[in-house]
Amino acid sequence: MTLLETEKLTRAYGGVVAVNKVDFDVEEGLITGLIGPNGAGKTTLFNNITGLDAPTHGRVLFEGKDITGAPAHKICRMGIARTFQNIRLFRELTVVENVMIGRHFKTGKSETKGRFLNAIGSYVHLRQEEEEIYERSCQWLEFFDMEGMKDELAKNLPYGKQRELEIARALATDPKLLFLDEPAAGMNPQETDHLMAIIRKIRDLDITVVLIEHDMKLVMSICDAITVLNYGMKLAQGTPLEIRRNQDVIEAYLGKEDA
Amino acid sequence: MFNFFLLILIYTGIYALMALGQNVITGYGGMLSLTQAGFFAIGSYATAILATRYGWSFWATLPVAAILSAFFGLLIGLPTLRLKGDYLAIATLGFGEIVRNVLNNWDSLTNGPMGIQKIPMITIFGFVINPYKKYAFLVILSIAVFVAYLLFQRLARSRMGRALAAVREDEIAAQSMGINVTKYKVYAFILGASVAGVAGSFQAAFTLSVSPGTYTFMVSVMVLCMVVLGGMGNFKASILGAFIIQLISYLPQLTGLTAVIPPQFKQILFGLILVIMMIWRPQGLLGRERIDYTKGGKR
Amino acid sequence: MAIAEFFQHLMNGLTLGGIYALIALGYTMVYGILKFINFAHGDVLMAGAFIGLFVFDWLRGSAPSGVWTIISFFLAMIVSMGLSALLGMFIERVAYKPLRNATRLAPLLSAIGVSFILSNGAAWAFGTRSRKFNYPFDNTPIHIGEVVITPHQILILVVSLIMMIGLKLFVDRTRMGKAMRATSLDQSTAMLMGVNVNKVISLTFAIGSALAAVGGILIALDFKVYASMGTMTGLKAFVAAVLGGIGNISGAMFGGILLGILETFGVAVFGIPTGLKDTIAFGVLIIILLIRPEGLFGKVEKEKV
Repeated sequence: MTLLETEKLTRAYGGVVAVNKVDFDVEEGLITGLIGPNGAGKTTLFNNITGLDAPTHGRVLFEGKDITGAPAHKICRMGIARTFQNIRLFRELTVVENVMIGRHFKTGKSETKGRFLNAIGSYVHLRQEEEEIYERSCQWLEFFDMEGMKDELAKNLPYGKQRELEIARALATDPKLLFLDEPAAGMNPQETDHLMAIIRKIRDLDITVVLIEHDMKLVMSICDAITVLNYGMKLAQGTPLEIRRNQDVIEAYLGKEDA
Repeated sequence: MFNFFLLILIYTGIYALMALGQNVITGYGGMLSLTQAGFFAIGSYATAILATRYGWSFWATLPVAAILSAFFGLLIGLPTLRLKGDYLAIATLGFGEIVRNVLNNWDSLTNGPMGIQKIPMITIFGFVINPYKKYAFLVILSIAVFVAYLLFQRLARSRMGRALAAVREDEIAAQSMGINVTKYKVYAFILGASVAGVAGSFQAAFTLSVSPGTYTFMVSVMVLCMVVLGGMGNFKASILGAFIIQLISYLPQLTGLTAVIPPQFKQILFGLILVIMMIWRPQGLLGRERIDYTKGGKR
Repeated sequence: MAIAEFFQHLMNGLTLGGIYALIALGYTMVYGILKFINFAHGDVLMAGAFIGLFVFDWLRGSAPSGVWTIISFFLAMIVSMGLSALLGMFIERVAYKPLRNATRLAPLLSAIGVSFILSNGAAWAFGTRSRKFNYPFDNTPIHIGEVVITPHQILILVVSLIMMIGLKLFVDRTRMGKAMRATSLDQSTAMLMGVNVNKVISLTFAIGSALAAVGGILIALDFKVYASMGTMTGLKAFVAAVLGGIGNISGAMFGGILLGILETFGVAVFGIPTGLKDTIAFGVLIIILLIRPEGLFGKVEKEKV
């Protein structure tokens, strides 16, 4: 089943078309890779889907619902979480607080009460709520073997751990769909292996994963489906095997980089 | 001397209220607002006008002052929150000046530069708190500060406080975590403004007269200084900061050196405090408050 | 409105605007390079005006006005520019440089502190009364048709024009100017290309402060010199910088002149009471921030995700 799709999504900045009529599909339960040379429009596509930027044309459909141009916080609440290419942690907060923020909108929401009553409720049931948030957050840290670091400030973590913390924070929002923007960038081989194992574990939690990545070893070994962008347009789409054999892709991208 | 010390404590209390509000906006929300004096003035004038013209009791004017200030907090918050830090500072500074301009010129309501005199004293259970009963005033004020402190502290330790911290640290990441950034910024402004309005009410009820000259930019800078000195993101520290800054303000009188120390002494010292703290101790005397989550639970 | 009247207001607006423009340049140049608002800029202007006043009075002595008076006026202006430039560099070195890698609130708070120290320090040292700047030459108005123009206005226009052209040439044509532009575009790349960023920043503060000193002296000719004179003038110049697009040098010049004209016409033509003249600038600020926060000539800066 298609979880998310874009229809002719276009984002132009003045005369420059960063993303050009892209139809991008994400199948539920799979790990989808989004690859392409630098400047191909991958991050722009992410931003347009996750509400940090709005497309000039085209639509974004999530679970069949049109979410084009919705603000980022609403999109997150619908079940789409993301990480960032240039790590964006809450640097002066502790590791566990970073994850706890991911739980922000998951707590204190009762459908039967209005917003105001919910806010008052949060205020009154503070301790209960906080305990709940804290425990769930610690579970996510355990998932990443980061329990021991929970009281460190985020900015003091080693680089690889910062990347993982960003994923933990995104997962804390209980997403259906997780976007990872170059999760292995700057990681050493051991860290990358750890990350690959984590991404598979995430898929096993029934969370659909989409990732932008330049590390071909990672992409080819964990992705179930791959979409290739080049100059803002979709060049190819298929299984890793198909993509590896696609003549256009080899010419445009793989052929030059590391055939 | 005892009376004089009471006076310092009373001003500590009034300014502590404003500092708590500034701390929500700047310490937690990371927004540099320079307009506590404006909200302070709105609160003072609300009490002054309602009490002298319509005979309201202080207790009835207090919530009106808070709500009116909060309303202006919302009014200035909504359009300016899109602005980056530096612009926000200037826009809020402008708002403070506009408030003073209006107070100076709207004669029919505010009596212009002359201000409003003969504000009735606070009465509680038939007990009139006249200027000779500073201790009684201090008790009431302390309760108000304590209540405000508890409310804010609880808020800061809830997920709302954390959301505000996230907004301060990284707006884009906060948005992507499902936090409505604008909403939290406006909340911070409303809270910060309302408590400054309450401070204004107490100011009016204490001095028994108000005039625009009290609510200058200097007041806003003093409040900012208190928060920075104590430590941003720490409510206890704001109260401590308020006390230290008030002590400094009255140092010439305390030491009996009014003849030697120039009147600009305290302002120069406030300026120095801002610069020195930023360079050597940006976290303030006490530093940001850390929350121990393990203690909050029953484990 | 008669044509003559229109030109009269335009003339007044232009002279006021020329001064705003000079001061706005300092805000905009610093913002362009360090991305922060130098709150103390207005107080540097005040310092410049005081220095100019003292040096001028000292040089002029009790000699009757004549050529020497005019020469001393310009000498005083040059001395004031030099000393204010040093003051600006000193402030940057002491209060801002240690905070380059701090949070974005830190330099702002420090700048507010510096502003307070300067204005109150001046009030302490020179008293709170305002002083009159002696006229360097006869200020009898000249009639051109129905338009009245004072020699001061001519002085203001000529001086501010020269300064702005000089600055524009410096930034566009010289090596140092190029280094400045490079630094404002990307500090770390400029550094890698061998630009001495510290020197560029010092120079930026020096130039900005020197221009502010000129602005302070010119404004003092028609108004007075007092310790808190920098606050309101500084704020308005800041509005001018935002109006033109902060970080944009030509924008600041245009914004200053536009704001001067808006203020003059606002009072003279649209009947805004003089007491609320200062509110015009804030109104302009709020409107521009709401509809076009990047200013008339600014670029939209979007944070890269």
